[in-house]
Amino acid sequence: MKVLVAVKRVIDYNVKVRVKADQSGVETANVKMSMNPFDEIGVEEAIRLHEAGKAEEVIAVSLGPQQCQETIRTALAMGADRGIHVKTDDELQPLAVAKLLKAVIEVEKPGLVILGKQAIDDDSNQTGQMVAALLGWPQATFASELEIDNDSARITREVDDGLETIDIKVPCVMTTDLRLNEPRYASLPNIMKAKKKPIDEKTPEELGVNIAPRLKTLMVTEPPGREAGIKVESVAELVDKLHNDAGVI
Amino acid sequence: MTVLVIAEHDNVELKDPTLNTVTAAAKIDSDIHVLVAGSSCRSVADAAAAVGGVTKVMVVDDPAYEHHLAENMAPLLVSFASNYAAILAPADTFGKDFMPRAAALADVAQISEIQEVVSPDTFVRPIYAGNAFATVQSDDDTKFITVRTTAFAAAETSGGSGLVEEASATGNLGISTFIGTEVSKNERPELTSARVVVSGGRGMQSGDNFYLIENVADKLGAAVGASRAAVDAGYVPNDYQVGQTGKIVAPELYVAVGISGAIQHLAGMKDSKVIVAINKDEEAPIFQVADFGLVADLFEALPQLEKELEKIGN
Repeated sequence: MKVLVAVKRVIDYNVKVRVKADQSGVETANVKMSMNPFDEIGVEEAIRLHEAGKAEEVIAVSLGPQQCQETIRTALAMGADRGIHVKTDDELQPLAVAKLLKAVIEVEKPGLVILGKQAIDDDSNQTGQMVAALLGWPQATFASELEIDNDSARITREVDDGLETIDIKVPCVMTTDLRLNEPRYASLPNIMKAKKKPIDEKTPEELGVNIAPRLKTLMVTEPPGREAGIKVESVAELVDKLHNDAGVI
Repeated sequence: MTVLVIAEHDNVELKDPTLNTVTAAAKIDSDIHVLVAGSSCRSVADAAAAVGGVTKVMVVDDPAYEHHLAENMAPLLVSFASNYAAILAPADTFGKDFMPRAAALADVAQISEIQEVVSPDTFVRPIYAGNAFATVQSDDDTKFITVRTTAFAAAETSGGSGLVEEASATGNLGISTFIGTEVSKNERPELTSARVVVSGGRGMQSGDNFYLIENVADKLGAAVGASRAAVDAGYVPNDYQVGQTGKIVAPELYVAVGISGAIQHLAGMKDSKVIVAINKDEEAPIFQVADFGLVADLFEALPQLEKELEKIGN
């Protein structure tokens, strides 16, 4: 089967984001961008399926401006076979992304679609579930373990009180959680090789999808700061403060 | 127009996050219905009917909903959508699984993890791990909303007098099957609703050392949490994780031990009322949000803390 992985270009997780003065969003100019960490886990899982002979091809898809091709190249350097870039400079919200992915998936017909459980920029945690809904496919969110063959997948999910295991039919959608795997670093030779791998370009118009944002962002603000408190000298002083001053123990 | 809350439950008991979700729903409209979808779940419906502010409970009792598989839950929610101004569920692994699926089926843009209701169509939600707050407006007829439960007080578990009605199932799609769960054995309070949380980070050095955290937690009646670094290192299971991609907590007292304070961890605990940090690195970012900081070796500090707590009768 083919495996399709969605990869999102986001502000790097180590960057402390700054809200723009006009409250229209966060500052993205001259900020380090990288692949959403959960999507890296998705790419890694797809490549492992390829290496295990369970996937014949791994396709990395990214949606957004021209620079998304860097994110696709990262996936190709890790080991994906080819890329698809749905190019637009307009704002993309999860529902529109899901519709675009559905259009791509209907052409490519993968057996498994992998997405990160959430992107660390908008923290929506929606797209995978929405893609599954629009395709009428089963879904497994927050996956920490995957066994798959041509007909079905057994997936262990990270849920609030432990782990849950479900069987779902193939084709299916899976979203990754942290413990699914540890993504590899791309080696220099693989980074060079990735430059020769093909990336197909498409547009939302070609895919026939209306991507107009449905939620209107009225403003983006800084959260109220939390003041640093005091340093205590000893455990005894700490307990005294918590007991007598703060009254929480 | 009426709002609908999806009850979180295990077919026996109504779970706490439902109560916070009811409070959020009440800020949109005072006519609150609750949907209890499950199997042999009448006791849950009765509990939901008693929740303050709830006017009606709809029970859909069918094996298809026993484990809340998203494939079956989503069409059920959509079958109710046209009667409601908003459908709300807690933003935990229960609600996050089926709500976006239902929203997409209804062609609605979900509003994830709201922390404030500005007006019935405008909400505040955290983005970038809570480093920015977005105020968003939706003009969808039925809004699909997940709720950050720590941002809303729990509704009273009594005082409501909701009517309980049976409602129709939408069937089993038959494309997913529940196999089993492995529930972490834990005698302690639940992480997301505990009054006190004690968390350990990479500084704990191994899972074996977590007994030091547990001993202190036992003295405080606290839940035990962990940073993503500690989970990644395999010290403790994933369900201990507090942070942007783990659980969001806001207890009265949060004690961070051997946790440096990465952005993604702070996102999960910075709304705690009182924060204590114990770390041997005095430059650790965790001290910038801590009310009380102690620069110390945790392997000495934790046993001392246990003793000092005993002294004051904990």
